[in-house]
Amino acid sequence: MARKVPEINAGSMADIAFLLLIFFLVTTTMDVDSGIVRRLPPMPEDAPPPDVKERNIFNVLVNKNDRLFINKGWGDIRTLRADTKEFLSNPQNREDLPEKKLETIPFLGEHPVSKGIISLKNDRGTSYDMYIQVQNELTAAVNELRDELSRQKFGKPFSELEDQDLVNAIQKAIPMSISEAEPEDIGGTK
Amino acid sequence: MARFKKEKSGEVPAISTSSMPDIIFMLLFFFMVTTTMREVTLKVRTRAPEATEVQKLEKKALVSFIYIGPPLQERLYGTESRIQLNDSFRTVADIPEFIYMEREARVEADRPFLTTSLKVDLEAKMGIVTDVKQELRKVGAFKINYSTRKKQEKPKN
Repeated sequence: MARKVPEINAGSMADIAFLLLIFFLVTTTMDVDSGIVRRLPPMPEDAPPPDVKERNIFNVLVNKNDRLFINKGWGDIRTLRADTKEFLSNPQNREDLPEKKLETIPFLGEHPVSKGIISLKNDRGTSYDMYIQVQNELTAAVNELRDELSRQKFGKPFSELEDQDLVNAIQKAIPMSISEAEPEDIGGTK
Repeated sequence: MARFKKEKSGEVPAISTSSMPDIIFMLLFFFMVTTTMREVTLKVRTRAPEATEVQKLEKKALVSFIYIGPPLQERLYGTESRIQLNDSFRTVADIPEFIYMEREARVEADRPFLTTSLKVDLEAKMGIVTDVKQELRKVGAFKINYSTRKKQEKPKN
């Protein structure tokens, strides 16, 4: 005759689980880390920087008062995206906008790739907020161009492309060519 | 008719609480999966600026954080933006060592994928950020990520 083992009281199980739950609630953070991804250029060698034609450069300057200076005139953050898109795509093949080079890209065939480079220069006194706004607009311009090309060629937006080869093809057709100039102290930090 | 009527007892039967631990455990696991452990105590204020073109940071284990912003204890440390690495205030000169330590802590195969996330307060000036970026370039930590919050894009009229 086996003796009956008394049942263990599980009533306090909930309390133990609650304790654990509260511990995790307190020690963890919920925020998802997100941000704008960039690749820094390697330190410059002694070799002089490559010569780039003036029409291929889109100069963006931000001064210490967070004012924008684009190419040779005052710029506006609200039109920066459209300006950048026009510079990178050069739809009318204008003389003063960047040249294009025909390249053979898998899945796309012959595609004119812009030689344009965006040169971003900021002052030591520029606020970080403004800098991010400018970076954001430049990224947005490139992303919108990629989106348009992707819709035209593959029929869906760039962010929904699943095949890595197609993503690479689009990235090659519209490169993210943002160059950050060597830092300079023009306006002072104050 | 009367024979189908059940005898009604006045008492309400007690609700069984035996599934309570299961429910709580479910909540617990949900929080364990969706959250990350808090690693450092922030000494500087880092309100991230807003941007629309953000990408999610993948593989949290391969990210090292640099915090830049005005100190939280203004009376003690002033209002000038400072750099915080791990748990203390540091200067720009300490960044190479910090990056080397971060690399040492990872498996060798993972080291090329190490990303540096800059958590900078939106009021900080670019001067200090540029200095940090120059140091990162010197030690070859090229992959960086400007931490920003996702902003909902306003519809254009």
